[in-house]
Amino acid sequence: MSFHVSLSEGGESAEGGFHAPGPGSFELPPVFHVADFGVTKPMLLLILSAVLILAFTIAASGKRQLVPGRLQFAGEAVYGFVRNTLARDNIGSEHYMKFVPYLFSLFMFILVNNYYGIIPFLQFSSFSRIGFVIPLAIISWFVYIGTGVWKHGLFGYLKHATMPSGVSGPILLLLVPLEFFSNILVRPVTLTLRLFGNMFAGHLLLILFATGGAALLTSGNLLYGGVGILSFALGIGVSFLEMLVMFLQAYVFTLLSSMYIGEALADEH
Amino acid sequence: MIGLGLSAIGPGVGIGLIFAAFISGVARQPEAQSRLQSIAILGFVLAEALFIITVALAFVLPI
Repeated sequence: MSFHVSLSEGGESAEGGFHAPGPGSFELPPVFHVADFGVTKPMLLLILSAVLILAFTIAASGKRQLVPGRLQFAGEAVYGFVRNTLARDNIGSEHYMKFVPYLFSLFMFILVNNYYGIIPFLQFSSFSRIGFVIPLAIISWFVYIGTGVWKHGLFGYLKHATMPSGVSGPILLLLVPLEFFSNILVRPVTLTLRLFGNMFAGHLLLILFATGGAALLTSGNLLYGGVGILSFALGIGVSFLEMLVMFLQAYVFTLLSSMYIGEALADEH
Repeated sequence: MIGLGLSAIGPGVGIGLIFAAFISGVARQPEAQSRLQSIAILGFVLAEALFIITVALAFVLPI
């Protein structure tokens, strides 16, 4: 909060009309109301993403041919990437096919929603609102806990998750709460904060460079104008960095989900 | 603000170390790149989580 306040105070004293972007920049007004319930832009974007993904997968798998066309090849590339590098390498070749549908839809959903952040006119990554990320993390949490319970039984899974093998004696008193904390409680929190934090911080940076550059350019001072151009150039650089980060976060969320599932499925060593 | 800068030091050093190890590993054994890559990205993400949590807390906590 001090970040926001200090920046906006400095900006306003220097050139009057400039408001530094902060968490308030992410609170968009509702687009329309359905019986007192305000529907905002990220909600519409989520629905749009579901429609887009459905259309893409149906179109890509509709006319399947032995020699794939362009669309089918793209669909197969994404599917193969999720199935082979994410699911099979982390879950193990025995059970991985059960989790591929979940992981594939998770990956596509996060990828499309992240890339909204740099598509012109949409320009809002829906996962920069934390409320949309928490359910995803909770679903992943239920999936990997449920998998562990299905494989080992309730107490078997608790033992599997909290007791490192090959440890005995009083050190368990220290290790069991720590492992419980890190394996069961903290994982959904870090999943949420990682995706949300990256999207939020990246979008904030883009807003800052764009609005700050515009304010500096229109300030009338020649030196400020030069810095404004520099700020726009940096903003373009940050956009490319964001393209990388957006893909990376979708990849990492899916990777971590599949690693947790694989760990819950693993046998005692 | 200062705390945010301070907290960026740790993950910065950590991410640097991770990718240094990744590069030298690939330089020694180029065919292991695909395996090392996923491990490196995983380590990068875990190291970065600390800073991201700080960014989130910086906005959430009232001072």
